[in-house]
Amino acid sequence: MAAAVEHEVSHPALQHHFENLEQQREAGTLGMWVFLVTEIMFFGGMFFAYTLYRSKFPDAFASASNHLSLPLGAVNTVVLILSSLTMALAVYCAQVGKRRNLILFLVMTIVLGSAFLGIKAVEYRDKYVDSLIPGRLVPGRPFNPVVAAHGDTDPHKLHLMGSATVKHVEMFYWIYFAMTGMHAIHMIIGVGLLLVLLYFSWRGRYGPEYHNPVEILGLYWHFVDIIWIFLFPLLYLLGRHMLHT
Amino acid sequence: MSEHIVSLKVYFTIFLSLMVGTALTVWAGLQDFPGPLNVIVALTIAVIKATLVVLYFMHVRYSSRLIWVVFAAALFWLGILFALTFGDYWTRTWL
Repeated sequence: MAAAVEHEVSHPALQHHFENLEQQREAGTLGMWVFLVTEIMFFGGMFFAYTLYRSKFPDAFASASNHLSLPLGAVNTVVLILSSLTMALAVYCAQVGKRRNLILFLVMTIVLGSAFLGIKAVEYRDKYVDSLIPGRLVPGRPFNPVVAAHGDTDPHKLHLMGSATVKHVEMFYWIYFAMTGMHAIHMIIGVGLLLVLLYFSWRGRYGPEYHNPVEILGLYWHFVDIIWIFLFPLLYLLGRHMLHT
Repeated sequence: MSEHIVSLKVYFTIFLSLMVGTALTVWAGLQDFPGPLNVIVALTIAVIKATLVVLYFMHVRYSSRLIWVVFAAALFWLGILFALTFGDYWTRTWL
């Protein structure tokens, strides 16, 4: 027992204020969860705003949602879930001490995360082209979509259904850009942290005894994935079924 | 309490379930269900997918009681946020 304690104390990653690596790991994981609670509340406020305005202006929200690209949104969902899998596998490789595979899966997660952001950028560009970026966020491109006349099927024009108005469509796009924008910022931070992890993994810092940073970043990455799991149906799919009628 | 290592088989099973869930939610979004059923179906699938991620990818199923309590607290306070704020908007027109 004394020898085991001696060994743990001598681990270079053990901070002096913890008894042993196990306690350090649990404290780190708990800390990340507490942070994720604040993140849930942060995004929760935006989900509430979405729920409220969608219930007030259902037709405008459905019309605005139908202008989003369902294929791009669906592909991005697959890309992000795939990146969650590679992140989970990276944690697994750190736990069992496979350094090469850990590096491989971290690189795959970074590539998939960047692919998600690239597709998101394409979508944002489409909205810029159609003057659908709300307010005056972009200088010289105020919110000013062309409303399609009845029977016009031009996908670049805004197709208003039922009692939808351009003003309320703009409300949808405020919420769309706030939520997907905050989500994208979280992704960018996540990719940055993954690069740091990649550097230390390459240096051989993580192994079966100590890999808490990999585990904790995994929690963050999966959380960001969960936000998208809700954003995708709520933003992209809410008015599709109304197109048939 | 020592660390539990989730097997690769579990990870791939969860991944496949999430893919099926994604396909299902796209399919359901294109159907014209009666009343508010479209929203209910979409949210149910999303909640199931999120639960799978939390339990298995985020290891909560194998975590200590303390982590469970922290996560439950998050859901509880999210419930307060929605319930009280909606209560406000709901009743504004009553007077």
